[in-house]
Amino acid sequence: MSTSDPQLEPQVKAVAEQLRCLVCQNQTIADSNSELAVDLRSQIREQLQQGRSEQQIADYMAQRYGDYVLYKPPVNAATALLWAGPFTLVVGGALAMTIAIRRRRPKPGSTSKEATATVTVPTGAGGADA
Amino acid sequence: MKRSWGVWLVVAAFAVLLALLGRGLMLNPRELPSALVGKPAPIAQLQALPQLPNVQTAQRADLRTGAAPTATQLLGQVWMLNVWASWCVSCREEHGVLMDIARSAVVPLYGLAYKDKTDDALVWLRQRGNPYAASFDDATGRMGIELGVYGVPETFVIDRQGIVRHRSTGPLTQREWAEVIRPLVERLKRTQA
Repeated sequence: MSTSDPQLEPQVKAVAEQLRCLVCQNQTIADSNSELAVDLRSQIREQLQQGRSEQQIADYMAQRYGDYVLYKPPVNAATALLWAGPFTLVVGGALAMTIAIRRRRPKPGSTSKEATATVTVPTGAGGADA
Repeated sequence: MKRSWGVWLVVAAFAVLLALLGRGLMLNPRELPSALVGKPAPIAQLQALPQLPNVQTAQRADLRTGAAPTATQLLGQVWMLNVWASWCVSCREEHGVLMDIARSAVVPLYGLAYKDKTDDALVWLRQRGNPYAASFDDATGRMGIELGVYGVPETFVIDRQGIVRHRSTGPLTQREWAEVIRPLVERLKRTQA
């Protein structure tokens, strides 16, 4: 019910965009037109007018609606896999790839010769045939 | 030999990932973990709310709405809070269960009329019966935000210390009352005596 202050609106939108609408999931509170989202936006507006920081408002929402409302979930035991998973996969994949490539490649020292050989052998053979 | 070990590792990792994703598909995204369970209920804010005026009903002449619960009623005893609205269709579904809870006199049941017009709320209580020992009037929905309500009806069980012990979203069923809430209330009453 707070009076809208055009200067504040971008900030209201910025906070609302980080919060998930609970009624129409997969929409942010900024996008949703559900009644709850409208109420929560006016709550954000009110708190900004009271001089509370964006972080404080996000915390306020998370305390009441759970971490679920945060589009950027905090790092804790429950979200460890979520945060670490992709990096683990990339590092693990890179490691596996390195090992696989190393193994496929012949012993160091003989590398260059053999590599040249494999390339030249077919050509040489073809030449011999002709 | 070494090579096949690596292949199995990849297969195992893939299977684990598949199992995780599969489980994710089975979960109901509407069933949200409640942030308030285990935390203090916002009792002070609740007490600051206006009450719906007196309602007497034929079914429950002894139950009236209008007198605000005192601090000792909200702190020091186990109680339930039902968030409802006259515009809420599924609140009709649970109304009979709420009446049964009130009749059982196991636990005081308070109501919170969420974003409702006072007149509509009163008509509802008069026509259908009033299960509430008292009704808070949350016309703006502010209290709903304090409670983390995202859809009515919702029901909370609060213990003697004012800690929220249980929250159910959606219409209460006879079964949930009999199998979950009533045993919980009785346990809380016993253990915290």
